[in-house]
Amino acid sequence: MGSGQLLQYLFAGITVGSIYAFVAVGYNIIYSATGIINFAQGEFVMLGGMLAYSFSRFMPLGIAVVLAVLLTAAFGGLMELVFIRRMKSGSVLGMIVITIGLSLLIREGALAVWDEQIRALRFFSGSEISSLNILGARISPQVLWVLGTTLAVTAGLFLFLKFTLTGQALRACSENRRAAKLCGIRTERMVSLAFLVSAGIGALGGCVVSPLTQTHYAMGTDLALKGFTVAILGGLGNPLSAVAAGLLLGIIESFSISLLPMAYKDVISMVILLVILVVKPGGLFGSSRAAALREY
Amino acid sequence: MKRYRPVAAVAAAVVLIQLATLILGKGFYLTQLTMSAYYVLAALGLCLVMGYAGQISLGQAGFFALGGYTTAFLTTRDLTDLGGTAFFTVLQGLGLVIPKETLYGGTVIHLSPWVSLAVALILAAAAAYLLGVPVLRLRGHYLAMATMGFGLIVYRIVLGTRLFGEADGLVNVPGFALVPGLEVSGEMSSRIANYYIAWLVVLLVLVLLINLINSRVGRALRSLHGGEEAASAMGVDTARYKVKVFVIGAVLSALAGFLMTHYNGGIGPSEAGVAKSVRYVAIVAVGGMANLWGTLMVGSVLNFLSLRGVFGHYDEAVFGLVLVVMMTFFPGGILGAGTLRTFKVRLVEILNRVRRNRKEVIHG
Repeated sequence: MGSGQLLQYLFAGITVGSIYAFVAVGYNIIYSATGIINFAQGEFVMLGGMLAYSFSRFMPLGIAVVLAVLLTAAFGGLMELVFIRRMKSGSVLGMIVITIGLSLLIREGALAVWDEQIRALRFFSGSEISSLNILGARISPQVLWVLGTTLAVTAGLFLFLKFTLTGQALRACSENRRAAKLCGIRTERMVSLAFLVSAGIGALGGCVVSPLTQTHYAMGTDLALKGFTVAILGGLGNPLSAVAAGLLLGIIESFSISLLPMAYKDVISMVILLVILVVKPGGLFGSSRAAALREY
Repeated sequence: MKRYRPVAAVAAAVVLIQLATLILGKGFYLTQLTMSAYYVLAALGLCLVMGYAGQISLGQAGFFALGGYTTAFLTTRDLTDLGGTAFFTVLQGLGLVIPKETLYGGTVIHLSPWVSLAVALILAAAAAYLLGVPVLRLRGHYLAMATMGFGLIVYRIVLGTRLFGEADGLVNVPGFALVPGLEVSGEMSSRIANYYIAWLVVLLVLVLLINLINSRVGRALRSLHGGEEAASAMGVDTARYKVKVFVIGAVLSALAGFLMTHYNGGIGPSEAGVAKSVRYVAIVAVGGMANLWGTLMVGSVLNFLSLRGVFGHYDEAVFGLVLVVMMTFFPGGILGAGTLRTFKVRLVEILNRVRRNRKEVIHG
């Protein structure tokens, strides 16, 4: 494998890895605030891509993407208000079942609206044939958009959680919900906010990768599982290391193609998921003792 | 004897339904009713795991496919080339190979489904054990994702492997002869017989499960569901029971897959899909989790309607809707005690909240 080809694989891996990172960050935000794993997380990515595709036919691309992200975010918030909040008994089994049910409904709704066709958003700059030459590897300018967005979201999230009052309140919720409530934080609002933000981030990811990886109504399940793998790899409750883990999984998958048939690509990620869950459920960067204390 | 009364009722219902289709001239319903029975079998296995032991599994379809694909693969191979080897001679001596004439006058030799039945069940048990021992230490979300991951692995392997027919699946699977003249197959002439075979298997499994639930194992399981730490502190070997139940559930699912594949004459990758696993979960949840009868009734009705194509394009959506509505309004299952009362309480709660919100809006 020449260095050019190596880079080519690397960039392909980073692109796919970014989308896993988007899903994983979404999982993390909701998990932090509520202790719920939202099985419908992959559907937000699909919704973002699909909505932006439909809007982009009537308006400039930029506005279409913003609208798609806002709408999906609103949808995520609504989902929490209408369904999740009601489940106050909060049995984990119940939460799993209801988010799975919702993801099925979203998927089938998307099938009814956008049918089975594969859709792709326009390239943000250039077209499908334009490419940049980086050290002998030819990559689409869209890859730079994906990377830039991933970095921007990561940095934005970091600043939000660290320096804004709302972000700190959200973190307080994740540390200890009852204590946060006693300090006067309106925890219910934080939960809605978490759903809102994580749906928006998922949708944004769905938009930037759509020109490269396309959008299909049934893409959510695989993304949900891969994103979860990444969230666990990075350590649940830690959105920033999820990004690193996302890129790592993307790169592993991308290089696995040179060893195994393409059809088995997903098998590798799932084996990684099973191994990490069993061996080090706290994640690559987390402590297993902290993980043992968490409620899941 | 009292505990078997519902089994007798189900048996009576099975006979009555067959007579009804006969009288109404709707004999073709029996095909879907037979298939429903096999899906119910897999759901009953999940009911034990999820309802009684409280361990969510989103990989039930993986075990179903494991059973189906194993037999489809083994019974469609031509063993002629193996002729003369010691292994073949042993099989032949035991009467476990079936020579058959092909369309062109040649002969092929197939393995008997009895062998593949044993292989399928052992494989499923082994896979469930190997998966269950490490994975069942996990809880809640982690367990759900891990089992879902297993399901996806099975799905991707059958979909991506030439030997398993990729997207087309495996076809031309021969019938499974139980006794001379009676076989599990899709033959028109044996439709009624197959209907009874399928439901007889379900009834037998029900009897086994009822006994299991009312035994020491069953009590251990319920204590597990109620609180794992407490059960553990009382001396229940929780890890062992969980794995045991998981293996039983997997074997039942594989048996269902095995029988269904011989009945349909083939199996496709969609049987292994995550969507199918979610269906089994939906059936058990609607049936009221720890409720074999609920699973049986909901499973047969929903699967029958789905197989008849009543839901049309919205087939999957119906299962999603069922899950969401159930969890919002009837968390105890539709056949649970006090269903109507909980529904009323919930409704009043929701109305109160709406009223309160409106007041807030008005009074700022």
